[in-house]
Amino acid sequence: MWYTIGGMDKKYLFKRNNTWWVKVPVPLYLRDSLGFDLRKSTGEKDLEKALLARDKIVSDLKSKFVSERQNNQSAEASIKERTTYFDYASTTPVDERVIEKMKDCLSFEGVFGNSGSRSHVYGWKAEEMVEEARVNVSELLNCDPREIIWTSGATESDNLAIKGAANFYQSKGKHVITSKIEHKAVLDVCRQLEKDNYEITYLDPDENGVISPDAVKNAIREDTVLVSLMHINNEIGVINDIEEIGNITRANNVIFHVDAAQSAGKVPINLGSLNVDLMSFSAHKIYGPKGIGALYIRRKPRIRLQPLFHGGGQERGIRAGTLPTHQIVGMGEAFRIANEQMEMDLQKLTNFRSILWNGLKDMEEIYVNGAIENSFPGIFNLSFNFVEGESLIMALKNIAVSSGSACTSASLEPSYVLRALGRPDELAHSSIRFSFGRFTRTEEVENTVSLVRNSVSKLREISPLWEMYQDGIDLDKIEWA
Amino acid sequence: MAYSQKVVDKFEETLNNPEKASVGRWKPGDEDFHRVGTGIVGAPACGDVMKLQIKCKNIDGVNRIVDARFKTYGCGSAIASSGQLIDMLKGKTLEEAQAISNQEIVDILELPSIKIHCSVLAEEAIHRAIDDFKSLRTND
Repeated sequence: MWYTIGGMDKKYLFKRNNTWWVKVPVPLYLRDSLGFDLRKSTGEKDLEKALLARDKIVSDLKSKFVSERQNNQSAEASIKERTTYFDYASTTPVDERVIEKMKDCLSFEGVFGNSGSRSHVYGWKAEEMVEEARVNVSELLNCDPREIIWTSGATESDNLAIKGAANFYQSKGKHVITSKIEHKAVLDVCRQLEKDNYEITYLDPDENGVISPDAVKNAIREDTVLVSLMHINNEIGVINDIEEIGNITRANNVIFHVDAAQSAGKVPINLGSLNVDLMSFSAHKIYGPKGIGALYIRRKPRIRLQPLFHGGGQERGIRAGTLPTHQIVGMGEAFRIANEQMEMDLQKLTNFRSILWNGLKDMEEIYVNGAIENSFPGIFNLSFNFVEGESLIMALKNIAVSSGSACTSASLEPSYVLRALGRPDELAHSSIRFSFGRFTRTEEVENTVSLVRNSVSKLREISPLWEMYQDGIDLDKIEWA
Repeated sequence: MAYSQKVVDKFEETLNNPEKASVGRWKPGDEDFHRVGTGIVGAPACGDVMKLQIKCKNIDGVNRIVDARFKTYGCGSAIASSGQLIDMLKGKTLEEAQAISNQEIVDILELPSIKIHCSVLAEEAIHRAIDDFKSLRTND
């Protein structure tokens, strides 16, 4: 609100020495970038000269700003370049093509509508995008698009599949079969079911980390409702024979859930020929965004689930909640690209693993966790005996990897996966997971060979266990305090 | 979890210049080996093992640690903690060394709470080494 005195805006008036003075506002064209009179800031009394001087100041400032920004960017880029990312099994960067697609689904100019809105074009357009993404996902997996349900990620998919099936079919029985090396998103769900009086059988893998189909067959009982096993193990990359296991579960009329978070888009999956009933997927493991996943639910024979979320009836009532169009479109595009690039990506990864292994395999006391055959080459887990994993990660400071060592986990327990393979605890503590991906460069893998060799030998130099090993002392015979 | 710069520095110092950081050992047969007390604590299955050796000399009737060596298998903070302990030991009498508490190491290295056991290991190592040295003396 402005007061007026004799028709004059009060903002132009000020009182000094008991007299009202009028401020003459500086016209816009006479202001510098901060709003000050440019005749003062340039020191030019003459208006024309002042304007010219302003242009010069502005362009100087601009070029200074641009060059500084470039410097910052290149500094950031070089830090990133110096740190090699070998943790693709943990998460992947989003593919630029995916980002472009996602951008179109956010603003007013883009497809921002609610795909559940049936009454206007904004909703219809969003629904179209969501369904296109669903087709992309189903084409990668060779299933019916109607068999795909969007979720927030593989963890939710696992929860929905296991709890949903166990609850829906509990009149048939309350026995579930899984394995000791599943992801926590499956194991913790099973622990929860145990509290609800379900009985869970945790199968042991063989020493390479494979769940044998025979073990599944032998564990199936009259009251078994569900078998839940992973396709590719996230720590060691070992691939389970889901085809053979599916044949067994189908013959025994038991539902088969597969956690495919690590495998979808990386190795071929043909749901048309597999006897898999439920399958969990994640976008961020395959160059899509975080926070989106899907669950495959077979239609023939029809699998029914009790929903976890109730609400607006989206996804045929199995998973209520407004669909995040941009996330879904991102996942669809990521899966479409994966479909195109799978063979090329897989070839590259196989090559990377060979380079690393050929460079390291002659080292003393080095162990492959899992097996090189029958495993996904993007995940390569090695134990360097007598060197603790976290210290090795610290020594390899320019390489981003993860470890099965207790010290990198909040629980202070070494990897339960490696222990389930029968690896002694000390080898579990000494493990490093290298996981490569689409943006890994050959020279990064080549450089890693010498870095690892160098760091391991330095750490062994300060390791009392290595010293004892060299002295021929049997560490198993020592009574440790 | 990110370590303090102090842990990182101590770790890298130890790794890159082990001799200067007192990494090493005295073996039976070495000169003055009868004046060396050894303490080994931890277990490979737990992910850390620390081996500490102290060389003591009787100076004016008091046993002083004149030199110390160590080797450690363990996470970065376990290696840094042992390096830190070594720095604190040299020149101390056995009584003074016995009084070193793990909290001092925690404070100096700014160890995160989940890594406090690394400093406890260091404290146990010096106690073991002192005990070992004293048992040698009584057998003299």
